[in-house]
Amino acid sequence: MSEHHQSQTHAAPSAGDSHPVDFNAYLRRCLYVFIAALCAISLMIFASYLPHFGWPAKVTMILTVAVVNAFIVAGFLMHLLSEKKMIYTVLGFTVFFFAGLMGLMVWATGDFPVGTIFH
Amino acid sequence: MDIPYTVEIRPDTGIYNAKVGIWLFLASEVMLFGGLFSAYVLLRVGSLPGEWPHGWLDVRLGALNTVLLALSAITTLLAWAACKTRQFGKFKFFHACTLLLALSFLCVKSYEYHDKWIHYEIKLKDGTFADGHMVENDLKEDYLVIHGRIVTDEKALYDLRAQKDIKLAEVKIPRASIASMQNYSPRHNTFTAIYFTLTGLHALHILGGSIVIFYLWAFGGAMWKTDPERFTNRIEVSGLFWHFVDLVWIFLFPVLYLT
Repeated sequence: MSEHHQSQTHAAPSAGDSHPVDFNAYLRRCLYVFIAALCAISLMIFASYLPHFGWPAKVTMILTVAVVNAFIVAGFLMHLLSEKKMIYTVLGFTVFFFAGLMGLMVWATGDFPVGTIFH
Repeated sequence: MDIPYTVEIRPDTGIYNAKVGIWLFLASEVMLFGGLFSAYVLLRVGSLPGEWPHGWLDVRLGALNTVLLALSAITTLLAWAACKTRQFGKFKFFHACTLLLALSFLCVKSYEYHDKWIHYEIKLKDGTFADGHMVENDLKEDYLVIHGRIVTDEKALYDLRAQKDIKLAEVKIPRASIASMQNYSPRHNTFTAIYFTLTGLHALHILGGSIVIFYLWAFGGAMWKTDPERFTNRIEVSGLFWHFVDLVWIFLFPVLYLT
């Protein structure tokens, strides 16, 4: 009984499981992810206060760090680095429509009707 | 009647049904927040030069909330890992931590909202502007008191980051000298409108997620005893939602507080 319990404590793969789990390994992974998140937050704040940089450069730097941080969260915490094809398909469609949404928005920013008065 | 594929893998998708469901839901959520982010981009690039606010939000509080959410995302994952390794006690502990962190996030957000709600921009009849937090506003008195400053040009109120040494003091303003006044509520300008919309919707997601997490934490014991694998899958699904909420904040924080 105790042997059975011990084996379940360290790894308990199951029917619906695509990620065999070792709790201590997860603890270590979480620690790294949290340190990465702290670094990302610090970097973004640091970049926003950098002198001698215009807002476009700062925005680019900050959003780059945010994207890397998001990749780490999605990849490691949401297991997106090792997911099933079905989920990648759903996300592929999402990326396509999201890119279209943002692309149309950027495309439309300079699209003013004839006669628009700028102050 | 048993619901199929709550635990076992569905052959055509390769995963159990709830996981397909939550990812489809998250895809729709991406488009919901994407629409609002694109509205932000449009408002931002369409604003007149020098009239988009900088430094209106407290970066320290925003960073604190970012850390709280990052920690809660980690405790959520550890709660799921505890379920996977059949350690219900650890699951209870980590999910309680998630709940506490979520409530802390909401408390900080409420404080920030309150701070904006009592912050007023007052246009005076001599053409100057008084700006600051309301200290005293007794309608029986013929004056009000703010903790702030008076500026001659309204544009001085927009880019606070560019101004060094902003001196604030208690300012007594006679009611007779006020032309108009408005707090920093959503109707104040486009920045506050999109700020309250984006963060308000996000806070609602935090609240909704917290309710689900609380339910699983408080009443999950029964299913844990009868069907632990199904319960673990529920924790995974709620965890995926929570990570998504964290992801949204990862972009909200820099976009609203830092840029």
